[in-house]
Amino acid sequence: MSSVEKMILAVITTNPKKAPSGIAVFHCESREEMYKIGANLEAILDGIAHSLTDELMIVVKH
Amino acid sequence: MSEYVFPVLFGMIAGIVDRLFMLRTDYRQYPTYLHGKIVHIALGFIASALGAVAVPALIEENITAITFLTIAASQFREVRNMERNTLTRLDEIELVSRGSTYIEGIAIAFESRNYLVIFTAMVTTIVYIAFHIYAAITAAVVCIWISKILMGGGKIKDIVDIEYVDPHFEGEGLYVDDIYIMNIGLPERREEILKYGMGFVLKPKNFNARSTIANLGQRQAILHDVSIALGVYRDSGTPALVPLAKRDLEDGRVGIFILPQNRDIQKAIDVIGNTPTLENAIRMPSERKAHKE
Repeated sequence: MSSVEKMILAVITTNPKKAPSGIAVFHCESREEMYKIGANLEAILDGIAHSLTDELMIVVKH
Repeated sequence: MSEYVFPVLFGMIAGIVDRLFMLRTDYRQYPTYLHGKIVHIALGFIASALGAVAVPALIEENITAITFLTIAASQFREVRNMERNTLTRLDEIELVSRGSTYIEGIAIAFESRNYLVIFTAMVTTIVYIAFHIYAAITAAVVCIWISKILMGGGKIKDIVDIEYVDPHFEGEGLYVDDIYIMNIGLPERREEILKYGMGFVLKPKNFNARSTIANLGQRQAILHDVSIALGVYRDSGTPALVPLAKRDLEDGRVGIFILPQNRDIQKAIDVIGNTPTLENAIRMPSERKAHKE
């Protein structure tokens, strides 16, 4: 039996071109806004905010 | 009164005393106070009664009495199930879980303790009947001593060297020494981790130890023990603040990252060192034939 252990819950980005499709994406004006939304989403979704590049973050459920 | 009353009573008492010696609540807080203990003392009583009564039955040539012991075996296998189920349920609500390897280890220990009680009761009763009470007392003491040795087990400090290292960040990556632990995206989380986090590197002393500490269950057991002993800076809803243990693939060292409430380095090293080496995690690749050739 296989099960999905990790899952991307949301994407936060300051560059709309980099955002993937098919998932909740939060577009931000600045990095500060990105961190703020990331911190909130982390608490709400019970996931961990990981940074992929300077302009792209994902919230992952572990 | 039957001539076997005193030997059987003495054997039972020796068995119960043995069980009490093996039943101690320590930093792991298990079994919990009183109720958990009563369950195990009661089972210890049954075990010692079975062990002690079997001897006169055999002497009176009731050979079939030996089937008694098979009932005991299935009874105590049930003890293992009981412990496993309870601990697995409780593990779901622990801030830092024990892990199934640790739970299995504890469950096996509880089962085997009852067998040691049967053994003690049996040996003591035989000695009492064959010789006299003083010989039986000596036998009981020896049995309790043997039980203590058998229940001891190894410690992590026997197989690894433990060294403190400050955790640090390279970009978003959290490192303990040069071992990558995880990616932390938020700057405020990174600050918290640098403020509260502690890092340790476990250097395996030999090739066997390398495989043993690679076991995920063994690593989880270390994290659990440290979090119990030193507290943990964590709550539900803060999944980023999680103690982790990662392995260096090059040389088998393990980097331990913890978030204790009590930041005492020496204490943390002692607790890590005193974590039991789990029976189910022990690997001995050097025992393989090809290794010796």
